[in-house]
Amino acid sequence: MSNLQFLWFVLVGVLFSGFFFLEGFDFGVGMTIKSLAQTRQERDVVIHTIGPHWDANEVWLITAGGAMFASFPMWYASLFSGFYLILLLILVALIMRGVSFEFRSRMESESGRNFWEWAAALGSFFAAFLFGMMFTAMVKGMPINANGDMTAHFTDYVNLFSIVGGVAVTLLCYLHGLNFIRLKTTGTLRARALQWAKPLYWVLFAGEVVFAILLFFNTDFFTKKPVSTTILVVALVVLTVLATWGVYGNHEWLSFISSGLSLIDVVVLLFNGLFPRVMVANNAANSILIKNASNSPYTLHLMTVISLSVLPIMLIYFIWSYWVFYKRLAS
Amino acid sequence: MNLGLSILSLARFQFAMTTVFHFFFVPLSIGLAFVVAIMETNYVIKKDVMYKHMAQFWGRIFLLSFAVGVVTGIIQEFQFGMNWSDYSRFMGDIFGAPLAIEALVAFFMESTFIGLWMFGWDRFNAGIHCAFIWLTSIGTMISAMWILAANSFMQNPVGFMINAKTGRAQMTSFSAVIKNPQLWYELPHVLFGAFVTGSFVVAGMAAFALLKKRNVQFFRKSLKVSLIVGLLATIGVVGMGDLQTRYIIKEQPMKFAATEGLYKDSGSPAAWSVIESMDTKNHKSNWSIDVPYVLDILSYHKLSGNVKGQNTLNKELHAKYDKKFCKDMNYYVPAKTLFWSFRVMAISGGLFALIAIVGLIFNRASSDLIIRQRWFLWVLGICTFLPFAANTAGWFITELGRYPWVVYGLLTIADAVSPNVSVASLLISNIVYFCLFSGLGVVMIVLSRRALHHGPDDLLQATDDAPYDPYGKGAFSHE
Repeated sequence: MSNLQFLWFVLVGVLFSGFFFLEGFDFGVGMTIKSLAQTRQERDVVIHTIGPHWDANEVWLITAGGAMFASFPMWYASLFSGFYLILLLILVALIMRGVSFEFRSRMESESGRNFWEWAAALGSFFAAFLFGMMFTAMVKGMPINANGDMTAHFTDYVNLFSIVGGVAVTLLCYLHGLNFIRLKTTGTLRARALQWAKPLYWVLFAGEVVFAILLFFNTDFFTKKPVSTTILVVALVVLTVLATWGVYGNHEWLSFISSGLSLIDVVVLLFNGLFPRVMVANNAANSILIKNASNSPYTLHLMTVISLSVLPIMLIYFIWSYWVFYKRLAS
Repeated sequence: MNLGLSILSLARFQFAMTTVFHFFFVPLSIGLAFVVAIMETNYVIKKDVMYKHMAQFWGRIFLLSFAVGVVTGIIQEFQFGMNWSDYSRFMGDIFGAPLAIEALVAFFMESTFIGLWMFGWDRFNAGIHCAFIWLTSIGTMISAMWILAANSFMQNPVGFMINAKTGRAQMTSFSAVIKNPQLWYELPHVLFGAFVTGSFVVAGMAAFALLKKRNVQFFRKSLKVSLIVGLLATIGVVGMGDLQTRYIIKEQPMKFAATEGLYKDSGSPAAWSVIESMDTKNHKSNWSIDVPYVLDILSYHKLSGNVKGQNTLNKELHAKYDKKFCKDMNYYVPAKTLFWSFRVMAISGGLFALIAIVGLIFNRASSDLIIRQRWFLWVLGICTFLPFAANTAGWFITELGRYPWVVYGLLTIADAVSPNVSVASLLISNIVYFCLFSGLGVVMIVLSRRALHHGPDDLLQATDDAPYDPYGKGAFSHE
């Protein structure tokens, strides 16, 4: 494995981390449209908290997908064709959710608004759940042949482990969304988000324990990388403790940063466990390795130069747009 | 259950369906962003608040189009991996880079600045706010550039080698990939086509509103801006189309021969078939109505010269590729589709120019012909839909004319498809997308009509207030 290959494995992880940190609270806020927010005015407010940002946040996913294609096409090809039906459902969820905000604002009837609010809420829920499920199934090991083609059956990707993974990611996103609303609103929504977060954090603790146990039995993470895996699992719990502390002590930034970092920790946990593979096969000989999955050194070098020169500029205006809209909305 | 469907035909159908639907909204968004940016620039320069209202009103249609364009674009990116995994493996070294750069450079730019534009009316002065729509517009054009760079490689592979060990295409020169002449013929043609789309959608919708004689001044002004852009863009798209045609004669002669329905060599001078009945099975023309010399003018800008027919080219292609690919390859492209697509495109181009000129004359400030000539407003109204047909026809020629290759001369379509995806999966995804697109298309049309029906009244009445801005003054309670 060359340095460039390693760098791009890390970069793909960074992009997915960015996606889960940012789109994580978008998904969470999306779900609150039909749960936390109870009046039309409250729904307007929660949607407006992410209004200027959600589209750019989703570009992190597009970039992660593009970067995967540009650096590890074997990974991209196997993953996307292998998890065909899950990705189809993810696409449906992202599409319904993506048009819902704009379409809802044009609706004149209560039922029309109601429809697109459900589209946003369910789209956010299923996108988060299915991504969680897919990445959990991915590290568990799948039937992959020597060509790298994955032919999985329903139970290969829908099982207790992957469902718990999906639920855990959904819950993390939901709490991340609540923490975002606590930061971005005032009044009743802010207070209610705090109230709702309290019991949910105890559910999350239980979920994390179950997930860690299933991770032990379903993957080779603890046998192959006992130290780093344990550290990352402990870090997940510690971050959740910090977020819970932020909830009970009402430290809004602490909760938000901790819930965001827990999502990143999950991505790091999965990527750490994958390494030096990109796809885990049931038959270890067919696992796809970083060293075999990548593009040529020429392309990797090119992509490195371009990305590193463009990324700082992009980050400046991306962060600036958050600064522009950094104000609380009244509810 | 055997429906006689193969993964290849289903995957091809899906690519056609998702790309055509996506490409309704791509040129519409690129074009509308450009037209709206021009309107807002007029506001900044002339301080005429009507231009601001125009930018806001047509911006509503732009935002609808952008939303559908974004979500259908995600399918495009995922589709290469999902349906065409062997293509992705073969081409990843070259194809992935422009895709990733497109996301990194263009998508972040357009999505960030469109957010600032939507929610920033109250928060920035007019000049800075106007810069946001220009940055969004430039973002959409940069995006087109990168995705067409990828497409151009598939049409005309350059700057690569085939790795002997892996059998995969490998980039050897990024600058050659970017300098690909195909790209620099294709990109301006596509961009001008997008401006035509955006401007004629504005013009056509304004015409429908003028039929009802509502907000006459507002819609006449919109008509003026859009028809000026539309006329210039039509000149551009026809001019670039002409250059591209003459390039294709050299690089992909089979594609060109098919668009002209030419089976036998034309001989010199070459006549152009206006319409033709062809027998695609036996590869011959039944009858046609021909105009002498025109094919030479189209092909070479001369009055003489031979244009090779498909039968000759088929033999040449067999001679060239039989060593590498099997002998029973079929190099004939879907000639009927290409032939008629070309005519749809060419006729649309002529109509756009004519209508724009007549419209500008009818709409001049000293005359109210535009209101009285209701037949013309109807014609203009129908023109709302014509650019979509022309765009689709153009892509039919470009993509179907590449048959049987997905990457010209390197990889066949049949070798590109995902081997592990089942017919059932593909059938389900086709049905899901079909239903989804039908629904989105209907909602899009209903909402655009509704926006037009309501007109800009809410904007015109609230001259002092920008549209409701949740981040505006008074909406906050500071701590």
